[in-house]
Amino acid sequence: MGKTGLKLIDENGIRIDGRKPDQLRPISMDVGVLKNAQGSALVSYGKTTVLAAVYGPREALPRHMTLPDRAILRVRYHMAPFSTTERKSPAPTRREVELSKVIRESLEASVFTELYPRTTIDIFIEVLQADGGTRTTSLTAASMALADAGIPMKDLIAGVAVGKVNGKLVLDINEAEDSGGEADMPVAMMPNLGKIVLLQLNGTLTRDEFKEAMKMSIKAIKEIYLIQKQTLRDKYAKMTEEEKEE
Amino acid sequence: MSVTPSTYPLVPKIQKDTILSLLEVGKRADGRGLEDIRKVKIIPNYIEKSDGSALVNIGDTVVLVGVKVEPGTPYPDLPDEGILMVNAEFVPLASPLFEPGPPDENAYELARIIDRSFRETKSIDLKELAVQPGQKVLVVWNDIYVLNHSGNLIDASAIATLVALARTKIPNYEMNEEGYLEKKEGYKGTLKLTKKVITATVAKIGKYYVADPTEEEEYVSDARLSVSFTEDGTIAGMQKMGAGSLEEGDIDAMVDLAWKVSQKYFSEISTAIGLPPQE
Repeated sequence: MGKTGLKLIDENGIRIDGRKPDQLRPISMDVGVLKNAQGSALVSYGKTTVLAAVYGPREALPRHMTLPDRAILRVRYHMAPFSTTERKSPAPTRREVELSKVIRESLEASVFTELYPRTTIDIFIEVLQADGGTRTTSLTAASMALADAGIPMKDLIAGVAVGKVNGKLVLDINEAEDSGGEADMPVAMMPNLGKIVLLQLNGTLTRDEFKEAMKMSIKAIKEIYLIQKQTLRDKYAKMTEEEKEE
Repeated sequence: MSVTPSTYPLVPKIQKDTILSLLEVGKRADGRGLEDIRKVKIIPNYIEKSDGSALVNIGDTVVLVGVKVEPGTPYPDLPDEGILMVNAEFVPLASPLFEPGPPDENAYELARIIDRSFRETKSIDLKELAVQPGQKVLVVWNDIYVLNHSGNLIDASAIATLVALARTKIPNYEMNEEGYLEKKEGYKGTLKLTKKVITATVAKIGKYYVADPTEEEEYVSDARLSVSFTEDGTIAGMQKMGAGSLEEGDIDAMVDLAWKVSQKYFSEISTAIGLPPQE
């Protein structure tokens, strides 16, 4: 039983939404969805839907907050008031402040900020619908928006959350599994480089469970990475076709 | 909005090179080995007016935790439990980098790391704090006050929080005729700590892992990993910090080192306040 006494996984190892323990939710991605932004992406992991937009590199005001040797990153992770079961006040919560920080630090590991000194790259993330794994979905979306904006990066970032429900490790947890489970471990990495940029754990795991959870997340991140690359390729293929027609 | 810090002191390249060349021969600028922690000093019950408190020094880092237990309303989804609230203040007297004003992202992050480790392990018995389930409960306010920042604020805060909570007395609140909780003379007992939990932070500098990083080491580090443990070695929380990245092997090594450091902290805490060992 989970914290709430809810049975989240049945005797056949099937989860409440019908998935197997190591199965991702259906993932959809689209880039260039916003006209005004330099880059944008809309990413869904099941019912969790996140929109990310990139503005910049652009002039930062006030100018004293810029750096002489590289660009600064300004990141806001924000949940829409209607994204949750009960309305969430649009004012930033402690949680959103913390997540904005860990997402910024993750993105900073991938962007070649030294190419744009004295500027800012602004990344705005809006969680439109929250059903677990919003910070990892946000990172996947933000990284694609940066790619869509043409900002040079060492690699894309993809993320996923592994959880523990009723004593069993499960991949890509939804909200019911997060709130009723024993652990939530979001992980994000640059898959091609094998570099982990985000790692948090909320809950308890043994050392062996932790190692297993890392393996599960890395495997899933590589799958998500393939979808990211395909989505970007499709967009550029479409652009080339349109150019030919003109 | 989270912004790349531009106020951090730029550590000159030569300084980073010095730190790295020392690490190469197994040494650190303050003479420690890579896995050594600085001297830990713990003073429980530092503030008489609080219900529980502790002053903790790790080297030059100083953190004071004060606990107040006051009446409040329970969370709707947990009506028969009291509440633990962890808050952190980086007050401006602690560092030239701290400004007055509402807590910044680092203070929120620190408070939430400590909060999660105690919450997820159900470290304190919140059920006994339900005076009138569904209506009136006691709220344990755990305020972390950073007094001097010389690096590794998270571990110092975790030690101070554990000691303060272990020494917290529950004030005597009684329901009056109007249905309010009124504070009477004396205490009803002490807060029940069912599990001890601690957090240890390891920094990666170049290819080296160092325990209990100083402020300077934090600036030159690629990334830091804070890992919370209960005494039986269960991982009770984790947070990667810093704008760098880690490989899977780094994480394994850092968790191993964090566990070694945790055991040192547990032993320091036990000697300082004579906590009985966990059953």
